[in-house]
Amino acid sequence: MSDLRDLYQEVILDHGKRPRNFRHPADANREAKGDNPLCGDKVTIYLKLSDKGLIEDLAFEGRGCAISTASASMMTEILKGKTEAEAEALFGAFHRMCTTDDEPTVSATLQDDFDRLQVMSGVRHYPMRVKCATLAWHTMKAALEGADQPVQTE
Amino acid sequence: MNVQSNRKAEPLLRNAYDVAAVRRDFPILSTKVNGKPLVFLDSGASAQKPRQVIDTVREVYEKGYANIHRGVYYLSQHATERFEAVRGTVARFIGAGSPDEIVFTRNATEAVNLVAQSYGRTFFKEGDEVVVSEMEHHANIVPWQILATQIGIKVKVAPIDDYGELILEAYEKLLGPRTRLVAITHCSNVLGTVTPAAEIVRLAHAKEIPVLLDGAQAVVHAKVDVRALDADFYVFTGHKLYGPSGTGVLYGKKAILKKMPPYQGGGDMIGHVSFAGTTFREPPYRFEAGTPAIAEVIGLGAAIDYVEGIGRERIGEWEHELRDYATARLSEIPGLTIYGKARNKAAILSFSLDCAHPHDIGTILDADGIAIRAGHHCAEPLMDRLGVPATARASFAMYNTMDDADALVASLVKVREMFA
Repeated sequence: MSDLRDLYQEVILDHGKRPRNFRHPADANREAKGDNPLCGDKVTIYLKLSDKGLIEDLAFEGRGCAISTASASMMTEILKGKTEAEAEALFGAFHRMCTTDDEPTVSATLQDDFDRLQVMSGVRHYPMRVKCATLAWHTMKAALEGADQPVQTE
Repeated sequence: MNVQSNRKAEPLLRNAYDVAAVRRDFPILSTKVNGKPLVFLDSGASAQKPRQVIDTVREVYEKGYANIHRGVYYLSQHATERFEAVRGTVARFIGAGSPDEIVFTRNATEAVNLVAQSYGRTFFKEGDEVVVSEMEHHANIVPWQILATQIGIKVKVAPIDDYGELILEAYEKLLGPRTRLVAITHCSNVLGTVTPAAEIVRLAHAKEIPVLLDGAQAVVHAKVDVRALDADFYVFTGHKLYGPSGTGVLYGKKAILKKMPPYQGGGDMIGHVSFAGTTFREPPYRFEAGTPAIAEVIGLGAAIDYVEGIGRERIGEWEHELRDYATARLSEIPGLTIYGKARNKAAILSFSLDCAHPHDIGTILDADGIAIRAGHHCAEPLMDRLGVPATARASFAMYNTMDDADALVASLVKVREMFA
């Protein structure tokens, strides 16, 4: 096992304790619920998507561990102002980063954002915690796609 | 905060429980996890196995294995005798009147499902009621919910108080003219509460309602006598009792088992088979279709012999010492809440920390080689009752020590340092 500090980096602890965009925007036009039945983690993602496919606002509510809360919090910061396509590109790269030993690449315009997400990469050494990190992202994707079924990881 | 052990000095002369000797019987306890000596505090989920059980299973496969109940050759007869002898061992272990009242299943869950699908589906009608408690394991909830969707029974829930004890008055009020069965845990896997089983049975029997007790946790921690309790059904599992996984037990009173139709069909449970019609064997064989877990059941016999060799009273006393010591030490940690304060409680401690989610606790403890359970413990309705999404749970067994409790506390102090 790698050092615990690889998993619980300061940035993660900070977002876990003081999550950003932890609210329910009144003007959200998409939302999806995610649920990790094994852990009892629950998250609701709220999106305000413009006609042109731009994420104008992104927020979340829910309860979960430090990893899932931090992941949701960082995601909301990073995806605000992104297009739907950019959000999906980052989702794909983030998912690969958490679940494989690959070093996924993203387009140059998204590189800074993806670099910020690298603090979550420690979860790949903790298979039982991967779903904590990816729950918010799966739920965001469901909200983008307008899915009406709640997302369940595992 | 005081993180030093305030443990009382061990009395020098005490017909002492030799936990060091017990630990030497469990090979896994001398292994390391993440470079640290294993501190195993998840026996409530599944217990580790003593060498006596491991050796027995290996010896069956190396020297005595064949399918049972059919062969005319030596090995099959020998395996059959050893397998059937365990029925007697189990009967004696729980105070059953006869080995015929012992049905082998895969686990306690299957035993409950067997009662629901054979007894329940045969004798219950739409609108009939089964009474469970608020602190049941999913294994004693979902089989009744499935039966409800099949034949329209209702599941009634007896509440618990804030100490985690069953509210007997409320339970008694639920026992009505449509109640066909009470199915209640003998010991909560989350709160450690040992329920007043004899009283639960007495109140139900006063209204001629039979009772199933879920003893998956209870048989491990104390002596159980199904006839003294007058339980109609009693279920437990082998793997929590230091035995192999894949072994479970349904005890049923002979008169009731005799009335019940088969649960599954197949070989070994039949009298004669023809396409015109098939007859079934008497209980318990009627309920044991197909080849069972032969070596594992023989291993369960070894596990029971092992536990009885040490003595359940002595194990129980030791675990109570562990419980009291661990409870006191955990209570020193600021922001820690212990769930379940029943007067009669097994060494199962569920807790939460105000600063960290149970999964974060579990991950940090794992890095120190400490195995605990984090989650809803297959008891989501109880989590709702407690108002928490999940808890951390340390469950103590016959091989745990005060040092294990100290290691747990030291690691929880680290969690606080990281998250508080």
